[in-house]
Amino acid sequence: MTDKTYEGSFHIVGGDFSHAGEASTELKTILLNAGVEDEFVRRVAIATFEAEMNIMIYATAGILRYIISPEEIRIIAQDMGPGIEDIELAMQEGYSTAPDWVREMGWGAGMGLPNMKKNADIFRIDSVVGEGTTVEMIIKR
Amino acid sequence: MRLKEIIRLLDAVIITNSRDYEAEIEWACATDLMSDVLYYSRGNSVLITGLAKQQAIRTSDIADIKVVVFTRGKEPDTHTIELARKKKITLLITPYSMFTACGKLYEKGLRCCPE
Amino acid sequence: MKLKEIAEILSLRPLTPAVGHEREVSGAYVGDLLSDVMANAGEGNIWITLQTHVNIVAVAVFKNLSAIVIVNGRMPDADTMDKAVSEDIPILLTGKSAFETAGKLYQILNVQNLQG
Repeated sequence: MTDKTYEGSFHIVGGDFSHAGEASTELKTILLNAGVEDEFVRRVAIATFEAEMNIMIYATAGILRYIISPEEIRIIAQDMGPGIEDIELAMQEGYSTAPDWVREMGWGAGMGLPNMKKNADIFRIDSVVGEGTTVEMIIKR
Repeated sequence: MRLKEIIRLLDAVIITNSRDYEAEIEWACATDLMSDVLYYSRGNSVLITGLAKQQAIRTSDIADIKVVVFTRGKEPDTHTIELARKKKITLLITPYSMFTACGKLYEKGLRCCPE
Repeated sequence: MKLKEIAEILSLRPLTPAVGHEREVSGAYVGDLLSDVMANAGEGNIWITLQTHVNIVAVAVFKNLSAIVIVNGRMPDADTMDKAVSEDIPILLTGKSAFETAGKLYQILNVQNLQG
């Protein structure tokens, strides 16, 4: 990566599975073109993909922002969704409130948030029931 | 395990391929759940899945998985095939169930991604 | 082959110790999509899955499966466990992956077939 800071954002529409993963794929391409190490790109891509899927599955809409600096990337995923009642429970591997049709699409098995946490160096989540959820991740190179 | 051996052991039909048949595939991952692919897999793996959908290709691309095998002869739609071609993912279809596919590959020494 | 023999060879940990270990196993099915298992698993099969949701028990009852093996160290919640006991469906746990569990079980069942 160069010494510049890049910023950008993607808008995500809930329920739009045909475009699922396009934002993360685009971010992955930006990083690969910037010549960043593969393993870093993989972590960013996985964490972002999970954030994108969560918005798609649970929320009406959301925005995914990224700020790339030479040392790290900061990703902020903010949605207008139902919010999470019990964050501690939601963070447990295998816990999910996803409906059956989402499970039949191969998602909603309760590994999304654990996966984000696993790949991020710093992970913060903030949620208000009835308003939405914000996830902030910092991934260092 | 070489790609050509995976194809042979699984009696697989090749839907898309852009890599050498001698290419070495290091690990295997068998699941229908995409977050688990992301959680447990490593790059340069083969994903064995019954989810014969675009999701499986998109997830594999994100996780740097090079080879995807759809089980039980499930044929994907054209969008899925197009995406695999675009992402340079080798897409195979095996007539075997996931159980048998895992059994045949494990028997010949392929192992799952270490954690 | 009996479930308890398989459990011993694969070091599976029974979550529901009192249930069904004398049962005969006809084969195995691996899958995490309930509709797929509903459509394709065979009677008497062991079902290897990552799913822990309470609905897995209903699928196992409907398809008359011999047991559910939950992989990757995943732990089902209390609902699933209670339902498994009341419906008489054995659930066993392993820290190993689906690929490895299926791989080993395939060999065990194959060897047994060769020996008649």
